[in-house]
Amino acid sequence: MQITIKIQRYNPDTDEAPYYQEFTVEADPNARLLDALMDIKRFQDGSLGFRKSCAHGVCGSDAMRINGTDGLACKTLVKEVAEEDGDTVVVEPLRYLPVQRDLIVDQAEFFAKYRAIKPYLINDEPVAEKERIQSPEERLQFDDSTNCILCASCYSACPIPEESPAFIGPAAIAQAFRFLADSRDRGADERLPALDADDGVWLCENHFKCTQACPRSILITKRINQTKRMIKEHKGEK
Amino acid sequence: MIHQFDTIIVGSGGAGLYAALEASCKSKTAVLSKLYPVRSHTGAAQGGISAALGNVEEDKPEWHAFDTVKGGDYLVDQQAAKILTEEAVQAVYDLENRGLPFNRTPEGRIDQRRFGGHTRNFGEGPVRRACYAADRTGHMILQTLYQQCIKNDVSFFDEFQVVDLILEGTVCSGLVVVELATGELHIFAAKAVLFATGGFGRIFKITSNAYANTGDGPAVCARRGIPLEDMEFYQFHPTGIMGLGILISEAVRGEGGILRNRDGERFMERYSPTLLDLAPRDIVARSIQTEVLEGKGIRGDGKIDDYVHLDATHLGADVLGTKLPDITGFCKTYLGINPADKPIPVLPTAHYAMGGIPTDTDGRVLLDKDGTVVDGLYAAGECACVSVHGANRLGTNSLLDLVVFGRRAGLHIADYVNQAAMPAVDESDAAGAQSWIGRLTDGSEGPHGGYISDEMQTTMMEKIGIYRNERDMAAAVQEIKELRQRYDTVRVQDSSKQFNTDLLELIELGNLLDLSLITAESALKRQESRGAHSREDYPERDDDNWLKHTLAYLDGDEVRLDYKEVDTSIWEPKPRSY
Ligand SMILES: Cc1cc2nc3c(=O)[nH]c(=O)nc-3n(C[C@H](O)[C@H](O)[C@H](O)COP(=O)(O)OP(=O)(O)OC[C@H]3O[C@@H](n4cnc5c(N)ncnc54)[C@H](O)[C@@H]3O)c2cc1C
Ligand code: SF4
Ligand code: FES
Repeated sequence: MQITIKIQRYNPDTDEAPYYQEFTVEADPNARLLDALMDIKRFQDGSLGFRKSCAHGVCGSDAMRINGTDGLACKTLVKEVAEEDGDTVVVEPLRYLPVQRDLIVDQAEFFAKYRAIKPYLINDEPVAEKERIQSPEERLQFDDSTNCILCASCYSACPIPEESPAFIGPAAIAQAFRFLADSRDRGADERLPALDADDGVWLCENHFKCTQACPRSILITKRINQTKRMIKEHKGEK
Repeated sequence: MIHQFDTIIVGSGGAGLYAALEASCKSKTAVLSKLYPVRSHTGAAQGGISAALGNVEEDKPEWHAFDTVKGGDYLVDQQAAKILTEEAVQAVYDLENRGLPFNRTPEGRIDQRRFGGHTRNFGEGPVRRACYAADRTGHMILQTLYQQCIKNDVSFFDEFQVVDLILEGTVCSGLVVVELATGELHIFAAKAVLFATGGFGRIFKITSNAYANTGDGPAVCARRGIPLEDMEFYQFHPTGIMGLGILISEAVRGEGGILRNRDGERFMERYSPTLLDLAPRDIVARSIQTEVLEGKGIRGDGKIDDYVHLDATHLGADVLGTKLPDITGFCKTYLGINPADKPIPVLPTAHYAMGGIPTDTDGRVLLDKDGTVVDGLYAAGECACVSVHGANRLGTNSLLDLVVFGRRAGLHIADYVNQAAMPAVDESDAAGAQSWIGRLTDGSEGPHGGYISDEMQTTMMEKIGIYRNERDMAAAVQEIKELRQRYDTVRVQDSSKQFNTDLLELIELGNLLDLSLITAESALKRQESRGAHSREDYPERDDDNWLKHTLAYLDGDEVRLDYKEVDTSIWEPKPRSY
């Protein structure tokens, strides 16, 4: 079918402010929105800027706002966003992160917040066995949080940064949880300062927007609430 | 701008990150990557990483080495395979110790499952050798290694794309690089450079590979006079989602999934009576193609894009949910089916380059058949050819290759840079890259790359695919040569400097065209069938004449071929049946 894709454009070299441009493309309803964007880039306008790589929802490159909802262009089928011939799909860059060009945003702050929670296994104890033993049940505790591809969809979907731009954000907390809940990890003390800070977990108000946006089906809000409880318990112990 | 480092790692997939972890302990190291590290295609790997841990049944590195050699149709260098499989065990424990969340056995040990071509006791039957984290093993390897790099404060230059290599005779002195954000050309001087740029499945129309998999490392090396080894051996994975090429891991068959034709027949019984659906990939891919061409595909029209069914319905929602959740998700998202209820329509998809930049077992790049080393130049991962995969890679051996040889290269580099002098480079070393980019951006009228790229991918898919013959391959060589000429007239549509993805994609297209030509020429010249290279006009393996590695040199518009010996010091080549 034929659809119109209305894209927010911005080129720092030449544009004072972002503007919208419309492209008409022939798109198979079962194709990915990314395919339609590639079609524009390859055959209509090579200057359209967006990131992409894997094309099947596992690398996190092409998170963007699609009809006002955050998600991956490669995991969104045309038929999910355009019902019939002539429909328009609006595509914009993620929120809160500075736009560098068209749909490309600067992810530096997102990654800085991720790094702040020390996203690596902390455990200096010598390994007694060849592998550290962990039961299937223990592993299940944090299973879904290991799915994260750091796409920043949740970060853009969250309403909190509108008022509190320094909020550490859902992805970083979910990744902190991934380690805090890992039976092999001993890093709670080291991670706590970033999480228990003014810009940390307590700003979350359970809007569930992150959970709805996450293309990897992580129960982010639940993990944030578990993290809050872990912090309280951890402080209580001391 | 000129930068100086002891060590530059190009690429932040599994191979690059592992090497960076080792090299950065002992030398001033930077990682350059055209993608943010966590976007690398290692993250797409699904099924597992093999190691003879013996956690669920008896296993030995020696059996693993034999399977690797036989799986590669005896084109594998056998001492290298021995190193791969012996070091595998510690490599997997090391990943676990660094935090990788492997699936576990009830006793809390790393769980293992079956994969194609991996057998017990030299081929008696399938063995559980693949260690896995659901069906996102590569994602977890990439995350774990990136996390360790954060912990160890490794320096990254993200979205920096390497476009040229600086060589002084047989010594590497650095790289020429474009920064995506600014469009600036940078020169990086380095005592040691490691290429870990991954695969180049994008030379084909239907592929499991990412847009970024454009073989930049091998192409840059080839243009600087370094040969590429065994490029005719390109693996088609038997099970890609029909039409899209998205991979459905062999793990589905490892867990018990069955391939069926339109009559519901388990056709692998006829092609591989012992290993059935878990035969090596070249054999399964050919079997599917044969079924399809004989009109036994699901549509039954005998057309090349007909498909077969991968039936996983009997595995049950539970196994699919806990061991294959991502694949279940892909089927739901892209096909609108639940594999617990319906079989998955599949077709072979271009997947993995067995060939690449020739190296020794420390990752050092080799210049010729005598093993002349290019000092300071290293390669590891899919872009390299050690060769541990020979004519056909076994599933789960690539992730293993990344960590074993990425680590070995990193260790060797750490020693090498301690005694090497910092090479001298200057702005003039960027001249080659400047004139290429200058031509693409000179503002004159020219066609865009989209059509050239399309035609290249179609030619390669149709003529250098699963079954090959003289006539088609000769035509492909001709067509690619013409496309390379048309490429000389291509121009960018984007005239900006900042975030000019148009320019960078055109540079990638240049790389793909060079690799297509080398692949097609190497394939045309090899007059036998071995592993993934199967010729209708030469259907047998011919050890007398062709038990040798190809070395292909790019000479302008021509490809010059040379050959080098295969190390068969452990097992004598035997006919290959399963
Ligand atoms: C869908 C899929 C599933 C797979 N499943 C398995 C599996 O289960 N088991 C297994 O063993 N193998 C599997 N493989 C194969 C394996 O995943 C790959 O061979 C392997 O991950 C390649 O890793 P790498 O480190 O060599 O390269 P990649 O992970 O591809 O990384 C390449 C890096 O190089 C960088 N780069 C490229 N060009 C440039 C340039 N010009 N300048 C700067 N940087 C550059 C990129 O940014 C990237 O960081 C699978 C492959 C695919 C496609
Ligand atoms: S939690 Fe989900 S939405 Fe957020 S960054 Fe990770 S994968 Fe993306
Ligand atoms: S392109 Fe990788 S997630 Fe969409």
